[in-house]
Parts: sequence; structure tokens; C-alpha cells
Amino acid sequence: MNSNQFIALAPILIIAGAAVVTMLIIAIRRNFVLINCVSACGILLSLLAVGLIWQANPVQATSLIRVDGYALFYTALLLLTGLSVIGLCYDYFKARTGENEELFVLLLTALLGAVVLVSSSHFASFFIGLETLSISLFVLISYTINRQNSLEAAIKYLILSGVSSAFLLFGMALIYAQSGVLDFNGIGRYLMNQKDMNALVLSGVILIIAGVGFKLSLAPFHLWTPDVYEGAPSPITAFIATASKGAVFALLLRYFISAYNYSYLPFLTVLSVIAVLSILIGNLLALLQNNVKRLLAYSSIGHMGYVLVAFIAGGRIAPALVVESVTFYLVTYFITTIGAFGIISVLSTPQIEADDLSFYRGLFWRQPWLATIFTLMLISLAGIPLTAGFIGKFYIFASGADARLWGLLLTVIVGSGLGLYYYLRVVVVMSMNVEATAIEPVEPVQKRMSTTILAVLTLLLLWFGLYPGHLIESILLISNSLK
Amino acid sequence: MILLALILVLFLGGLAAWFSERWNPEAPRWVAVITLSIESLLVIVQYSASGRIDYLSAGMPQAWIADFQGAWIPRFGIGFHLAADGLSLLLIALTEFLGFMAVSSSWTEIRERQGFFFFNLLSCLAGTIGVFLALDLFLFFFFWELMIIPMYFLISIWGHENRIYAAIKFFIFTQVSSLLMLVAIVALVLKHHSNSGVYTFDYFDLLNTRLEPDVALWLMAGFFIAFTVKLPAVPFHTWLPDAHTQAPTGGSVILAGVMLKTGAYGLLRFVVPLFPEAAHEFAPIAMMLGTISVLYAAVMAFAQSDLKRLIAYTSVSHMGFILLGIFSWNFLALQGAVITMLAHGISAAALFMIAGALQERLHTREMERMGGLWSAIPHLSAFTLFFAMASLGLPGLGNFIGEFLVLVGAFGVNASLTVITALGLILAPVYALIIIQKAFHGPTRQYAGLRDFSRRELASFGLLVLIMVWLGIRPQAVLDISAPAIKQDIQNTQAMENG
Repeated sequence: MNSNQFIALAPILIIAGAAVVTMLIIAIRRNFVLINCVSACGILLSLLAVGLIWQANPVQATSLIRVDGYALFYTALLLLTGLSVIGLCYDYFKARTGENEELFVLLLTALLGAVVLVSSSHFASFFIGLETLSISLFVLISYTINRQNSLEAAIKYLILSGVSSAFLLFGMALIYAQSGVLDFNGIGRYLMNQKDMNALVLSGVILIIAGVGFKLSLAPFHLWTPDVYEGAPSPITAFIATASKGAVFALLLRYFISAYNYSYLPFLTVLSVIAVLSILIGNLLALLQNNVKRLLAYSSIGHMGYVLVAFIAGGRIAPALVVESVTFYLVTYFITTIGAFGIISVLSTPQIEADDLSFYRGLFWRQPWLATIFTLMLISLAGIPLTAGFIGKFYIFASGADARLWGLLLTVIVGSGLGLYYYLRVVVVMSMNVEATAIEPVEPVQKRMSTTILAVLTLLLLWFGLYPGHLIESILLISNSLK
Repeated sequence: MILLALILVLFLGGLAAWFSERWNPEAPRWVAVITLSIESLLVIVQYSASGRIDYLSAGMPQAWIADFQGAWIPRFGIGFHLAADGLSLLLIALTEFLGFMAVSSSWTEIRERQGFFFFNLLSCLAGTIGVFLALDLFLFFFFWELMIIPMYFLISIWGHENRIYAAIKFFIFTQVSSLLMLVAIVALVLKHHSNSGVYTFDYFDLLNTRLEPDVALWLMAGFFIAFTVKLPAVPFHTWLPDAHTQAPTGGSVILAGVMLKTGAYGLLRFVVPLFPEAAHEFAPIAMMLGTISVLYAAVMAFAQSDLKRLIAYTSVSHMGFILLGIFSWNFLALQGAVITMLAHGISAAALFMIAGALQERLHTREMERMGGLWSAIPHLSAFTLFFAMASLGLPGLGNFIGEFLVLVGAFGVNASLTVITALGLILAPVYALIIIQKAFHGPTRQYAGLRDFSRRELASFGLLVLIMVWLGIRPQAVLDISAPAIKQDIQNTQAMENG
């Protein structure tokens, strides 16, 4: 391993190092603020490293990890997500009694797993990254162990995650049995030379999709989503909804493009069915929810369906446009999801999650700024102009129309129509009048860190919605780095 | 630059109104009035500058008065392209004027959260003006969506008893239909890209896209549905009676007076010019929908007991004439459609203001609970009679000119449909006079302390009457403004159909 490769691995190494350092500091001295700062500094250092090697040529660091523009972009995205989640966690947990410091170690290891995922070019690193991420998440979900839902959610996630990993491994084994290689490029070369479709490889890929579909909460593998979203503490939910899903999606895209899986057309039919199911089930079930976290959980199932439409378009159009669309959509999805869960976590206390719809009654008149931000996040999720979500949806339409997937686009339209209803329901509840006596005046704790994060996210949301040019340019730089 | 200012002034004025509430709860409405005054000044400056070349960038066709171009998202060839011709200028003037009326009618009606109310009102107007000016399809879609959100808030926060249902229905109808349009826009751009290798959303570049007939028909359908939902025409009209009835008066005025016209404008500006052959082929169906709207909505209006609901249905009926006129696609019918847009904007707004004034005084919209109002509030009643007459198409007032021109123009294209549509002119007096008969004639009830019009209201209605009479007696002034734009559109489509 030469120095070039070391430099390329720097972001990953720094995160790993930060996790170890944080753990050691906890052993020496338990201090919530200190640990918080150290973990945030670790992430910032890692971001700095990403910034320094951003312009460099792609580096294959060992056969497991490939550090290219694509990997670095997603690494930066994940690190920023991690940073904002740490900020949210700070405000959420600071008033809680008990040991809150290990939370940050776990967040760092989860982040490590996610970063490894987006840069992996080999089944081994794929699996290691995924498991590092998942195992950290089990604990994170049940971190507020005194709340009943928390433990239930964690156990649900643990069991289903285990099953899905088994599927994933079996799928990898099937592909390996046929091709004899484990790295994505090698599989790509093998598939390119095959004339006929290979049933074992096909089943292998389908098993991998089942495994990955679980992580992405695509229907019909979505059953854990609402319970886990509801049970986990809000900042952690934000992390699961964004970092965990985004990293897995980025990996899936890299695998499909570099391992040449798009040539398997029947496979795209399977994916189309999954996309339609996710969009319809997610949006229909969201209509019935009175719990905002569950509502966002179902809506995230629908959103994963939308991204999948752009993903499927890769069967007919150039991979560069697919990467561009998926990446843009994921960026907007990250911003809005962190924003929405950020609002919930600002309103929550360690004792009570502010997840019941009635909690939001009249929020417009009690806390106008929070309500405005929440409204912007929701209309961005609904894909309405002024916000980044609209440009994201535009990308879905652009790639879908380019690939002439009219049926899928129609489903997206139906899904968006349904989506409007439940997003607006929240907005309506927020704009209702409250009788002065109806709600006990809870004096909100000052949460400066979270509100700053929310303000930044809102500005980003509007910036990318009104003037997406800059973001598109930087995405264009990376969209050709996969081949 | 003036074009950009037209949008920005309203939006910034809205923000100012919102924040001025902290300073004084009465301030927002004055801020709104000042904003609208500045805006009208801008419109007048722009109008007086028409014919001067220096407002127009090179290569723009002569019928246009002014334009503004800027880059926005170069990746997809999306530009910030605004331009005004006679048609858009007329509609902007209407928007402006009805903006004043909406503020006037909300003067005492809105007592809670005035700041946010006027912010929504003004940003709704800003979005509408953006729709009338945008000549980049992406930008157009952007404004198209943008004007819906404030309207949603206007209905859902300050509306009447069933407001939330109405607001969500309105939002979902318009949003879903506009997503169909977005798909059509994207598909059109991609088609243009595959023909020419260039990504562009610019109206003038897309005008000459070669399309296979079946593709053109599908794409046109996407646009058509979005615009006929907004117009609205049967069978997409069901959101309108709810939204209009539940909206606060100011909201109804904007909704009926201006927002419905964006649908008509879209048909006129985009559907037919972009897809002339497909539109030609589709014209009989569209005209039939227009006819059905005219008759069906007129009958429905007659059956209503809620005053606002009745007026809402008359809007659908009048919009049917516009649909008929636009798809006839000849000079007379189009001019008629333009006059109808303006005249209906004025008359519907006035009727909604009257309904609002009555509701403020009587706390009901049910005509069964009115009756004999004439002797109690003579001024209000006289104005109602005037605008009911205008709405039924009394010669000498604006609506008559518009409907007459539409029918004359459409006769040459499809005589039988025109004849059937003309029956609407018989149904119109029935629903218009039923208002007068039920609410204003009959035995007087005890109306204790009922106020007649205040000076502010008298002034607003006086202005409305003046404009209505002027439109009816001297429509030529308006026709002259819109004529170059319409002539150019017709020439373009003929050239495309022949070439």
C-alpha cells in the first residue's frame, strides 16, 4: 500500500480513529459536552480530508475500496449528515439523565460503515460496511431503553436485519459460484462475456435486492420501517432515514453500473414492481397515520420508490444521467428528512416524543419559525417549487421520461397526489387555531444548536430549489466517475 | 427589468406586509395598498413604453412589447425568460386591478393575522403575474405551482366552515393535473433534444418542434388537462364550487377573477401554439366540453341555494365560452375569449364581493334566509342588479361583447355546437335573476341595524361599474391591445400546419 492510497483512505481512517479516541476519552472522563465536541471534530477533520483529495484522480485502495469522485461526494454528504445528527443529538440528550456519551461512539461507527459502503467496490467491503452500519444502529435505536417502543423497535430491526443479511450473503455466494470473483468490475467483465442469461446469477442478484430492499425499506420489505421510526429517538430516526438508506442506495447504484447488471432486463421488471408497490403502499398507508413519525416513515417508503424509478431508467439511458438524478434526489431527500426529524426532535423532550399529530396543533401561532421551516420541509417532500424537492422530482421525471417509463411516471404522479394529502394535513393542523386552554404551555428548552442546524438546512433547501445550478455542476463532476 | 420588478415588488411588498404587523396590526393592509399602487405605476410605465424597441431583445417577434432574459439552470437550458405582449399586459392589468378589489374587500372582513393574510394575497398575485409573463416552460411551471400555495393558505386559514376540505381538494386537483403537465413539458423538451441535440425550455425554441401526431396528441393532453382543471371545464370542475364557496372574499375575488384566467391563458399561449395539429384534431372534443360546461354549469347554478356556490357555477359556465372560443382558433373567437376573460374577471369578482359583503352583514350565504333586502340596503342591491345583468350578458356591458364575439367566431367552425351553446344565453338570465328574486325582492324581514355600503365599498364598486361599462361600450381599445398578439399566434400555427 503506497502513500497515495493512504491519503485516499484518510477520510475513512479519520472516522475510525475518531471512534476509538472518543471511546478512550469516555473511559477516562465522562463529559457529555467534551465527547460531543470530539466526535464533531473528528467528522470535521474527515470532511477536511475529503476536501483536500476532492480533485485527485480515482484511487483503488486495496481491492476492497475505490475512492473516486462518486465515493467522495457521498462521503461528504454522509459526514455532513452525521454532523447535523450529532448537533440534534446534543440538544436532544443533554437534558437526559444517564449515560449519553456512548451514543456518539456508535454514531461514528455507523458513519464509518456508511462511508465504507459508498466507496466499496467489492462484495467483502459491501458486507462489512453494511454490518458495521447495522450493528451500530441496533444499539442506537434502543438507546432510550426506558421507553417501551424503543426496545421493541430495536429487536424488530435486529431480527429482520439478520434475515436480510442472510439473503444478501446467499445472493453473493450464488454470484461468486458462477463468476468466481467478488469485485464489482470482475463480475462486470464476467457478465459482459456471457451471452445468455444465467439463472443462478439472476437469482443471486434478486437475493441481493431482497437484502438491500430491506435496508432501503422498499415494499414488500418495508414492515419494520414505521415501528423503528417511531421507536427510535428522533435524531437517530433522522440518521436511519438518511445516512443508512442513502449509503445503501449509493452502493447499489455503483454495483449496478460497474458490475454491468443493467443488462439483465427481466431484473428491471422486478425492480419496477417493487417501485410501484413502494410508491403505492407507502403513500396509501401514510394517509392513515396520526403519528408524524410513522407518517414520515411511510412517506419515506414512497420516496425510495421514486428514486427507484430514476434508478430503473438506467436500463435505457446513459448511466451519467441516472447518477445525476439519483444523487440530486438523495441530496434533497437528506436535507428535507433531517429537517423534518430535526423539528420533531426540537419539540421533543427525552420523556415525550413530539410525534402525535395533536402536538402540532396551532404550531404556526405558537412557534412561527419552526412551523414555517416544517412547512417548507413538507412541501419539499411533496415536491412543490421553491424548494429543492421540486428539482429532485423534476430529475425523476426527466430520467423517467427519457427512458419512456410512462407507467412508472404515472404511478409517481398518483403517489404525489396521495402524498399531498397527508403532508397538507400536517400543515393544516399546524395552522389551526388553538384555544388557549387546550394545550398546556410547555416552556420549550432552548435548543440553539438544533435551531441553527435547521436554519442552515432551510437555507440549503431554498438555495437548491431556487438556484440548483451549483449543486448540479458538482454532481455532474462525479456522474462520470463510475464506469 | 420592469417585468422582473412586476413580480418582485409584489413579493417583497407581501413580506413587508407580513412584518409590518408587529409594528401595527392595521399596517399590513396599507402596505398592501402601497405595494399595489407601485405595481400599477409599473404596469402603466410598461404599457406606455409599448412599441419601443429598446425593451425588446433582438430576435423577439414584433408582437411582443418587452422581455427579460437571464440564465437560470444552464444544465437543462432553462432560462429566466419573461416577456409581455398585449395579451399578458391586459391580464396583468386585470390582476392589478382585482388585487386592489381583493384588498378592499378584505379591509374589515379579515381581523385575524392580517400580516400573513396580505402576504399570501400579494404573493399569490406575484405568482399569477409570473404565470402571465413566463416564456420558459420550466419557469412557467414554477410560477404555476407557486401561485397555488398562498391560495391554499388563504382558503385553509381564513375560509369558512368547511375550509380545510375545500383547500385540500383545490390543492390536490391543481397539483396532480400540473404534474401531468410537467411530464408533458419534460417529454417535449427531450423530444426537442433528440431532434436538435439541444436542451432548451424556451418557448420560442420549442414552438417549432417536430412531433409525430400521436406523440403530439399525448403531450397536448398533458397540458390540456392541467389548464382545463384550472379553467375549469366539466368534468374537472368539481374543486371550484367548494374552493370558491369556502374561500374568504379576497380569496374568491383572486380565484375567480384572475386564477381561472391562467387556465385560459395557458390554453391560448401554450396548448394550441405548441401543438397546432393535435389541437386542431382535438378541437371538436374541446369545444364540446366547452358547450357542456356552459349549459351544465348554468343549470347547476340555478339549483344552488348558497349564493357563493351559485356564483361559482356561473364562473364555470362563462369559462365554457372561453374554451369554445380558444379551440375555434380564429381571430374573432379569440378576441371574444380575451374580452370574456376580462369581463368575467370583473363581473365575477364584483359578485363575490357582494356575496362577501352580504355574509359580513347577515352571517349567511343561504338565499333562503335573505329576501326583501332591496328596501333595507338599496345601494348594495342596485349594484347586485347591475352585475347580475352584466353576468347574464346584457348588451352594452363587457360580457355581452365577449360572448357575442366567441359565438360569431365559433359559428364558422362548428355551427351546431355554437347553436347549442347559445342556449346558455337563455339559461344565464334564469340564474342571474333568481339571485335578485330570492335575495332582494319579496317580503322584507326584520334586518336590525343593517348597514348599506360604506364609502370604501361604494368607491370600489363604482370603479368596477365604470370598467364594465367601458368594456361594453368601447371594447375596441382593449381589442387593439390584444390584436397583434393574437394575429401573430394565428399566423404561427398556420405556418406550422402548412409547413
